[in-house]
Amino acid sequence: MPGYTIRLILSAGCLIGMTWLGLTACTPAQPAAETTAIPLGDQRAIQNKGSDTLVNLALAWAEAYQQVNPNVSIAVTGGGSGTGIAALINGTVDIANSSRRMSEEEIAAARANGIEPYEIPVAIDALAVIVNRQNPVSELTIDQLSDIFTGRITNWSEVGGNDAPIVLVSRETNSGTHTYFLEQVIRKGDKNNPDIFAPQTLLMPSSVGITSEVRRNPNAIGYDGLGYVSAEEEKLIAVARDSRSPYIYPSVATGADGSYPLSRYLYMYTAGEPTGVIADYINWIRGPDGQAIVARLGFVPLPSP
Amino acid sequence: MATHADTRAHTDTKPHKGAAEQTPPAGRPFWAKWFEFLIERLIGAAGVSAILFVALIFFFLLREGIPTFLQVPLPQLFGSRWYPIEGMFGLWPLIVGSILVTAGAVIMAVPLGLITAIYLGEIAPQWQREILKPLIEVLAGIPSIVLGFLGWVALAPLVQRLGAPTGLTAFTGSLILAYMSLPTIISISEDALYAVPKEYRDGALAIGATQWQTIWRVVLPAARSGLVIAVMLGIGRAVGETMAVMMVTGNAANVPAFGLGMFFEPVRTMTATIAAEMGEVARGSLHYNVLFAIGIVLFIITFAINSLAGRLVGGQASRRKRGQL
Repeated sequence: MPGYTIRLILSAGCLIGMTWLGLTACTPAQPAAETTAIPLGDQRAIQNKGSDTLVNLALAWAEAYQQVNPNVSIAVTGGGSGTGIAALINGTVDIANSSRRMSEEEIAAARANGIEPYEIPVAIDALAVIVNRQNPVSELTIDQLSDIFTGRITNWSEVGGNDAPIVLVSRETNSGTHTYFLEQVIRKGDKNNPDIFAPQTLLMPSSVGITSEVRRNPNAIGYDGLGYVSAEEEKLIAVARDSRSPYIYPSVATGADGSYPLSRYLYMYTAGEPTGVIADYINWIRGPDGQAIVARLGFVPLPSP
Repeated sequence: MATHADTRAHTDTKPHKGAAEQTPPAGRPFWAKWFEFLIERLIGAAGVSAILFVALIFFFLLREGIPTFLQVPLPQLFGSRWYPIEGMFGLWPLIVGSILVTAGAVIMAVPLGLITAIYLGEIAPQWQREILKPLIEVLAGIPSIVLGFLGWVALAPLVQRLGAPTGLTAFTGSLILAYMSLPTIISISEDALYAVPKEYRDGALAIGATQWQTIWRVVLPAARSGLVIAVMLGIGRAVGETMAVMMVTGNAANVPAFGLGMFFEPVRTMTATIAAEMGEVARGSLHYNVLFAIGIVLFIITFAINSLAGRLVGGQASRRKRGQL
């Protein structure tokens, strides 16, 4: 039966092809950004989960700490600050990473579960506003950013750019970066301001989603942690507090001295004051070795005590 | 699937049951009767367990979702703004998003799938069929996340070049979903065409019908119930798909203005909303309940599609019984 033979050859070919694809895909070219479990030691495993802004930093810390104390293994997962805090409230992680402070409701929910959240600043992040490299706009005030992201300004020509529609790109609502941007940029720090993101804002499930959309879309504007953006791939916008203030370009230096308006602390939260191996780990992170890694990954180290 | 059960009900073989309980013929081992009893009960239990599982799922959905309808006033629930961290729970943009993406997929996939099935079943020579059928089966085996990735990397920039402000639109999602439901639609409709007796075609050709007339007037009507099932299963796959859609539709909870342009705007589907937000909610919070309420809405939509399919197929079957076809 010739037909049967043809089908057999085809199926076999497909199978071989797919196996090959599968094998190449599995070759570890880079460490996965989302989830990486450090090989289990037999002593103590620390579960660490939350902010996607912090996830690469947390992974680097966990790997380096392996050299310092091989008996402790640290499993790092991303998912967003909200995800990490929810896990802390539900008692499923030891350390929650967050790029924003816990809200009153979250603290109350944790206390209802018998958990007293303990806040530890671990690094500083400057939040960079990014546009496509073809975009002529290079400076914006917080007021303009607020008008852009609430949809009051919808065309680039209104802020000195080309006559083109503005495409808004943001993180999902479970992201601490999203909440920070909402409070500090859209609402300009005013708690009673009811403004929110325009409904046509694209909500990306990851930091990389934002940068890749901004890279390929000439009309897009987005925001991301300084550690995730690079001036070669995207255009970083200089931001001014208001129209009378100077425009400040985001960098490690302007983030550290506080002149850049959109810099913020990144936190780790534990259930109660940390003790034992968790306390050792967090002290190491806040110490010179941990903070050296912060600088290496493009974030801003904590001011030395 | 309920529709399958409906069609089979008409050819049920209940009258045989009495015959099986007569005295066994000589030569059958003594335990055969007990074995028969055991197997029958086992099969019965398996059948009942399916019902039980569906009932349990529905009960769980209701239990977790009902508080929504007590706590969020209905006008707000059908409002046009979805922003859960500020307590805005308008489901309307999510429903519109799901409908837009699915409708676009159906418009593209159903004609293409049916035409492909007709070509495969009625027109293509044997050797082409031997090549095409396995390839379509391979298409069905591609994981949805891989298609989503392809859509994100390759399709979205193409859609943007069509003139949309961004490549992440309802249309991009529809393209991916159409691609995904095509294999389902093709293989099931091809089976339905295959099931049409050869005598029907012979008869039509014998009275002088052309091949097209035979296909359009005889084969397609005869295969109608199977074709409806194929389309409905395709739609079912499109409505429920999550990850691929989440990657390419932009996830903006936006109600596009009515018109052809609405397909070229970003939307947020119900499934993507549940997937994106389930991880962040605290158990038992209002947001958690609202996500389950979205699950209820999805459940109702799929249920409506299934019962519609059941009615269409049922009407067909009863007409055939009356000898009108």
